[in-house]
Amino acid sequence: MVPVLMKDITFKLLRDPTMRTGIFLAVFLVGGTVLGGMLVPHDPFQINMNNRLQGASFEHWLGTDQLGRDVFSRIVYGAKLTIGLSIFAIMIAVIIGVPIGLFTGFIGGKIDAFLMRIVDGILSFPDFILAIAIAGMLGPNLTNVILAIVLVRWIVYARVVRGLVLAEKEKEYVLVSKVSFSSTFKTIRMHLLPQVIPDIIVMAAIDVGKVILLISAFSYIGIGAQPPIPEWGAMLNEGRTYFQVVPSLMIYPGLAIMLIVLCCNLLGDGLKNYFDIRKRRG
Amino acid sequence: MSLIIEGLSKKYTKGIQALKHISLTVPEGECVGIVGESGSGKSTLARILLGLESYKEGIITYNGKPIVPKNRTSLREYRKSVQMIFQDTTNTLNPKLPIWKSLLEPLDNYKEASPSFLEQGLTKMEKAEQLLEIVGLEKEMINRYPHELSGGQKQRVSIARAISLAPSLLVCDEPTASLDVTVQVQILQLLKELQKKTNMTILFISHDIRAVAYLCGRVIVLKNGVMVDEFRIGDIYHKERHPYTKALIQAASSE
Repeated sequence: MVPVLMKDITFKLLRDPTMRTGIFLAVFLVGGTVLGGMLVPHDPFQINMNNRLQGASFEHWLGTDQLGRDVFSRIVYGAKLTIGLSIFAIMIAVIIGVPIGLFTGFIGGKIDAFLMRIVDGILSFPDFILAIAIAGMLGPNLTNVILAIVLVRWIVYARVVRGLVLAEKEKEYVLVSKVSFSSTFKTIRMHLLPQVIPDIIVMAAIDVGKVILLISAFSYIGIGAQPPIPEWGAMLNEGRTYFQVVPSLMIYPGLAIMLIVLCCNLLGDGLKNYFDIRKRRG
Repeated sequence: MSLIIEGLSKKYTKGIQALKHISLTVPEGECVGIVGESGSGKSTLARILLGLESYKEGIITYNGKPIVPKNRTSLREYRKSVQMIFQDTTNTLNPKLPIWKSLLEPLDNYKEASPSFLEQGLTKMEKAEQLLEIVGLEKEMINRYPHELSGGQKQRVSIARAISLAPSLLVCDEPTASLDVTVQVQILQLLKELQKKTNMTILFISHDIRAVAYLCGRVIVLKNGVMVDEFRIGDIYHKERHPYTKALIQAASSE
């Protein structure tokens, strides 16, 4: 039963060209970094001043930076860090935002009105500016950047989930659940949560790309990752000084950000198409 | 042992008067029909009886106790004895859940319930299978999803779910409205059989006076929230019928 279901889901996912491109890109990126890491293992923090600002070679696939560190290893390390952190930030935002959206939407009343006014208040600021303000106040490091991103993003999830719940809770199977004396928690878990999960998955997949951009942007302007951590935005910032001499120091991290964000957006759009019943045939 | 409604009025916050001074008595084991056009307050009455809507004016008692008690333990008991079937067959079952999960939700909440029509010592799945057989569906359907069922089959499943706790009062809010004529008859026959078998009280709400005439012994006519007529089904063509009742009968016979 389960293998058949998995086969069916894989088939439907791969039929969509957006999803296919996204999966191909993801496999290419993951495969490339794993293979590269095995073939030419370098310490991303190892400084070698005799070997600085080298071009691409068999030993250093993407050359070396101003301190003689291997750029490829730094990008691979940065990938783990940036992607890992953005997925972590999204997960925390989902864990906070989804239950709040579910409960306030379902219960309604004064609690809902109060929480939604807070949400409206926070949403009236552009999230990037708000995150800069929070990260700026708390001090420049990655933990604070993640905290700022979570504070800004949970609201979006709470709001979207609440909207979905408002539409869903008037449906008759939810009323039947109430009439059958199911607890609020049970009705939400059994009937409302399954309805919002597809939307959350799609949102989260697209959000990972957005958050990668945010983390990189923060590191680039100096309030995120601090040297020598090889975060992509921080690498862009460090490479800025040498841009005219060795432009590849900025090009490679920039390309990495672009490709991974593109990959997240393609996977997100592919998932959106998969869950969209109107576009699903058969 | 009966349902008594006295002077029930309901006004929505927007100022719409949905029900005005409704008084009626439904004795145990009787099937009473409530007819009226859209907006006559039928569904509001059903929702009030189930405690899904609040009301400020009037008294409703069921078996001598006020309905929808604030106390959670009494409310639990009340909900066990009063169940409802809804109109819209497309939304009556959660599209993401297999039939058995939706079907067993009430029994899952009332683990102590042991309806007489279910054999003793059955597993959960066997109970679901037996419930499906009672409403005339094949037991193999338990693993299907709602989109794999026809409208009539979905309504049968929702009837099975509603009777799973052996309620003494079943409120049916236009259960045949979204179905084909032939399926409507089958659902009405099923309700009639179940009523005979279990002796439950049925409050059958419909805009179709023919469906009500088929199933119920007594009819109440609502118009703009007011009870304009009440009669035994044998007196349906009596000359003293309210003009609105006559119009409903005429509309039904000209279809």
